[in-house]
Amino acid sequence: MSATTAAGSTPHYYIPAPSRHPVLMAGGLFLVILGAGQWVNGSTWAPWVLLAGMAVWLTVMFQWFSEAIRESESGLYSDRIDVSFRWSMSWFIFSEVMFFAAFFGALYWARVHAVPNLGSLENQLLWPDFKALWPSAGPGITASPAGTVEPFSTIGPWPLPTINTALLLTSGVTLTIAHHALIAGNRGKTILWMWITVALGATFVGVQAFEYIHAYRDLNLKLSSGIFGSTFFMLTGFHGFHVLVGMLMLLFITIRLMKGHFTPERHFGFEGAAWYWHFVDVVWLGLYFLVYWL
Amino acid sequence: TNDLPGGPKVNQLNLHDPVTKIGEQQHFLHNFMLVVCLVIFIAVFAVMFYSILKHRKSLGHKPANFHESVAVEIAWTIVPFIIVVIMGAMATRTVVAMKDTSNADLTIKATGYQWKWGYDYLKGQGEGIAFLSTLDVSQRTMSDSGKPSGDDYLLKVDNPLVVPVNQKVRIVTTANDVIHAWMVPSLGVKQDAIPGFVRDTWFRAEKVGDYYGQCAELCGKEHAYMPIHVKVLSTEDYAKWVEGKKKEMAALADDPSKVWTLEDLVARGEKVYAANCAACHRPDGKGAGPIKALDGSPVVTDADKSKQIQILLNGAANGAMPAWKTLSDTEIAAVATYTKNSWGNKTGTVVQPSEIVAARK
Amino acid sequence: MSAVLDPKGHAGGHSDDHAHDHGHPHGWRRWLFATNHKDIGTMYLLFSFAMLMVGGVLALGIRAELFQPGLQFVNPELFNQLTTMHGLIMVFGAIMPAFVGFANWMLPLQIGAADMAFARMNNLSFWLLIPAALMLVGSFFMPGGAPAAGWTLYAPLTLQMGPSMDAGIFAMHIMGASSIMGSINIIVTILNMRAPGMTLMKMPLFAWTWLITAYLLIAVMPVLAGAITMTLTDRHFGTSFFNPAGGGDPVMYQHIFWFFGHPEVYIMILPAFGIVSAIIPAFARKRLFGYTSMVYATASIAILSFIVWAHHMYTTGMPVTGQLFFMYATMLIAVPTGVKIFNWIATMWKGSMTFETPMLWSVGFLFVFTMGGFTGLILAMAPIDIQLQDTYYVVAHFHYVLVAGSLFALFAGVYYWGPKWTGVMYSETRGKIHFWGSLIFFNITFFPMHFLGLAGMPRRYADYPMQFADFNAIASVGAFGFGLMQVYFFVFVVLPMMRGKGEPAPQKPWEAAEGLEWEVPSPAPWHTFETPPKLDATATRVIG
Ligand code: HEA
Ligand code: HEA
Ligand code: CUA
Ligand SMILES: [Cu+2]
Repeated sequence: MSATTAAGSTPHYYIPAPSRHPVLMAGGLFLVILGAGQWVNGSTWAPWVLLAGMAVWLTVMFQWFSEAIRESESGLYSDRIDVSFRWSMSWFIFSEVMFFAAFFGALYWARVHAVPNLGSLENQLLWPDFKALWPSAGPGITASPAGTVEPFSTIGPWPLPTINTALLLTSGVTLTIAHHALIAGNRGKTILWMWITVALGATFVGVQAFEYIHAYRDLNLKLSSGIFGSTFFMLTGFHGFHVLVGMLMLLFITIRLMKGHFTPERHFGFEGAAWYWHFVDVVWLGLYFLVYWL
Repeated sequence: TNDLPGGPKVNQLNLHDPVTKIGEQQHFLHNFMLVVCLVIFIAVFAVMFYSILKHRKSLGHKPANFHESVAVEIAWTIVPFIIVVIMGAMATRTVVAMKDTSNADLTIKATGYQWKWGYDYLKGQGEGIAFLSTLDVSQRTMSDSGKPSGDDYLLKVDNPLVVPVNQKVRIVTTANDVIHAWMVPSLGVKQDAIPGFVRDTWFRAEKVGDYYGQCAELCGKEHAYMPIHVKVLSTEDYAKWVEGKKKEMAALADDPSKVWTLEDLVARGEKVYAANCAACHRPDGKGAGPIKALDGSPVVTDADKSKQIQILLNGAANGAMPAWKTLSDTEIAAVATYTKNSWGNKTGTVVQPSEIVAARK
Repeated sequence: MSAVLDPKGHAGGHSDDHAHDHGHPHGWRRWLFATNHKDIGTMYLLFSFAMLMVGGVLALGIRAELFQPGLQFVNPELFNQLTTMHGLIMVFGAIMPAFVGFANWMLPLQIGAADMAFARMNNLSFWLLIPAALMLVGSFFMPGGAPAAGWTLYAPLTLQMGPSMDAGIFAMHIMGASSIMGSINIIVTILNMRAPGMTLMKMPLFAWTWLITAYLLIAVMPVLAGAITMTLTDRHFGTSFFNPAGGGDPVMYQHIFWFFGHPEVYIMILPAFGIVSAIIPAFARKRLFGYTSMVYATASIAILSFIVWAHHMYTTGMPVTGQLFFMYATMLIAVPTGVKIFNWIATMWKGSMTFETPMLWSVGFLFVFTMGGFTGLILAMAPIDIQLQDTYYVVAHFHYVLVAGSLFALFAGVYYWGPKWTGVMYSETRGKIHFWGSLIFFNITFFPMHFLGLAGMPRRYADYPMQFADFNAIASVGAFGFGLMQVYFFVFVVLPMMRGKGEPAPQKPWEAAEGLEWEVPSPAPWHTFETPPKLDATATRVIG
């Protein structure tokens, strides 16, 4: 039907014609994993392969999304496809939740089982000097059982993480304002509030970068700072990366809004990005309490 | 090939003959499960095969029309549920008993190394005894040759773990590098040995004899070559063994300040090498695959002895080359000297135990 | 003529194709740029079959070495690589993609949809497998050889592996991404693209089992990604997740892995249940017994699968409460699985059965899979598992459920739906030879492994004590026989069907088969159900 549907009419369910994007993207990702796998082992050519792969991947992604947007704007997407998008975005976010769950699980296990166990009476056989404390830092405390981790200080909830919490929560509100404006048909207002949202997201990423620099330079808190450093940086790092991605999504949506895309009735691109943004927000709240407060 | 008492029998069909209460219970539970499952299996498939034989089109059987029956469905949910509850209940007592490692008469730490076991008698009669237990070298050679023989093939070790009969022995497991597992089927124990953590299990052997097991967690290339041999002795024999072992250890405890000659150190080093290093670096020092050759190795032949000593003490390549801290100063000095003066390496360099003492600081 | 690679054999009788010449590309473009669910399904099936061959050859390497005690063919290092890669390739390369291939081909046909919900993403899911497979297989040629830490990739052994470990980790990331996209596609297709009248509770069970499987996949593949990402950073970026010296814990890896790993084994069996649930009623000429309870049983298995993972870890030393909890929870799974077995038998009861090849495989599946289920139950009992963990008993158990379960069901499905895919009938004699040969050799291979395990032969061993020699020799002979049967299958069943050689298949080759896939011609035309069909009350026939 896809190709045979007369121009201007919306097919029941648009099925795209054969497309070179998927296979090219797979090729790009092949270069990415080839490069990455060799790069971590110190190969000199690998970073270039990795870069080339990223270039292919991002180019294809750009073309693919452009094509989808064209299809969407030319009215090929029926309401039913809209529902498909909703389901798929929900399930995608669920998969992301499970990815974070693995790392939250690691944090839980380390704090509640591994570290207390390492410092237990039984384990004095192996680590006589280790005291099970979390965070495993502070004056006179070995930061790791083997004493291989240099002493470090940790980052409390105040002030940077709290600022970041405020930033993200506010961005959730501004995004909602933008959404309401879009539904009300007020494009100018929508775009304004979208820019504010994007700016808040960018500020968040900036503050987080600042926090990392602070951690490395002043607190001696590193990715290699034992299990504390591992869980801290992997959780906040993956989250920060997701904020970055979410922010880019919102940015592209804003650009599309400025190009006149979306209608007050149909704008799932907008909503999908917003869902993602709220998901990132919720993960942050988890981090804020579990990583910084507790 | 014959049955190996305390080890596998030829074409053995069921679990090992147990010599502990736990082993007996495991045996019983297994037989119980086997019978129950077989009965259900036969009952279920008797129905199926009856149906297959009778309800065929070729016999002119016409299909019935039913496709639902709440009563039947409830029945075949509830009945299996009851069966598994019974199964779970039967096992519970044994699980609890297996886990009760309190009030042991003798506590021994079993440390997994790539690829050998280290035993330290921590508490009880024999406290202080410590030794390594390695696969008998000839077994490994036989394996390589592809033509093995012997009833205790791959199960023979240089120093078996010796324990007294009828006493509660608590085994504390840990590991030095990767995860291993300490398993002796006749005693009904298997416990992973996890680096950095201690775990424990226990047994009370009720019969004097030799019992065999093998490492039961993939631990690298020589995983198949780190057996466990437990020798259960009568109370008197055990006391005698402890006494003898203590004397032997005292005699062996070398004085690290002793100055050795090249020949003596090489001779001593050859033994240390065969027991610890040859598995990877091969007896001819040529290494294999990712394992570095020592013959001609710049680190070994370097005039600066400290490089090799550091690697011996601390390991290298992310633990692929383990740290050998646990060897004595004399042993490390001896093996270093041996490698510096064997095969194509003709450096004439001697490493004295005192240098290891210094390097350890 | 979708699955037929050589369209010349099929000159006539497919006028319905011509209307769509415009959207029907030819040559390599058709496959590389595919957006057609049938073409993508075909590619998945061929890929997974190729991987079955690769994984099977590795298994034969294992069996050749274990034919007699002593090392004859490979050194212990290579042996561990063979074991690891055999496991990884079979699980991620052969079984999982094969079921996705079935899903691609059959789901849109069965629910009356025109295609999968996201046709381009569907193709991406497939093409991602190629780089992943290349990396995995290629890792044998990297310095230090392929990963050798077992398919479970336990830390800290993985930290000792060479560069190929990283290649493996990235390959698995890609495969994970492929699975997640594939699953999203399947869920959305099922939830949103059913033809009017095809309510959820009228859907074929294959669709139901895949719906639940896809949910499992989305829930656990990211967790695996997390685990291997931690392995990667521990290896290269100084983290200490699994390193006790820095406060981490090797056992934590196992918890995370098995939280993925246990649902994973049900991912590999639930779609098999779906296939068998389609075949048995067709050849018993009687409706599936207890449809509703089948759906609930499937869901129960999926839910329970999240709370049993530590039954793989009884020997790591858990607290006694942990062992008891996981033991009870694991045993509970016997209940819903039993319901399924009983329902199938009740379906056969008082039917009017014939035993064409698909039915033979299904009955074989029932019989042999149940044996694997029972050994699973025996393993679930913690005190017994203390004896059997990491022995060949476990190897026997999981080949009974994976080979006689998943693989047999896949074969059943190929014979059942193959005529729809290719438009030709397979030869009944050949199918039967394939079945009986496989069944017999399968049992010769894996049955003795129970004894080996009970007698304490550990798995992942390159060499073993003399007392284990006879059973190992028998198993090795069986393995080569089983392998030859699969070569036979490829040469005498698959190839002829792909070439279009054989009796032309009628639209509905099985008298009592039900479902919308039988409402379209054989081979299924390139486009089907472009406009949603009108269905009868049972949602099994098209009425307009
Ligand atoms: C398709 C894959 C599949 C399936 C379906 C299963 C199904 C089951 N598995 Fe299996 N399993 C694996 C694949 C699978 N497994 C793999 C790959 C491993 C090894 C991983 C590795 O270490 O590499 C493994 C390992 C494994 C272990 C760990 C062993 C060890 O390493 O020590 C355990 C322990 O509990 C276990 C249990 C079970 C149980 C209880 C079931 C149950 O679901 C079975 C239920 C079915 C039945 C019980 C039969 C039918 C029921 C009836 C006829 C009803 C009446 C019955 C009664 C009331 C008793 N499995
Ligand atoms: C998922 C599905 C799956 C399938 C289908 C199989 C299929 C087979 N497996 Fe299995 N296996 C696993 C999953 C699977 N396996 C897993 C997960 C492990 C654990 C890995 C680990 O411990 O990490 C394992 C481990 C495993 C072991 C234990 C290894 C060890 O512990 O060291 C053994 C040993 O015999 C074995 C054998 C076989 C055999 C003989 C087949 C046969 O059924 C294969 C038959 C197929 C062919 C042979 C291919 C077709 C033939 C040709 C291409 C032509 C050449 C053939 C001839 C000329 C005869 N497998
Ligand atoms: Cu030690 Cu296997
Ligand atoms: Cu499991």
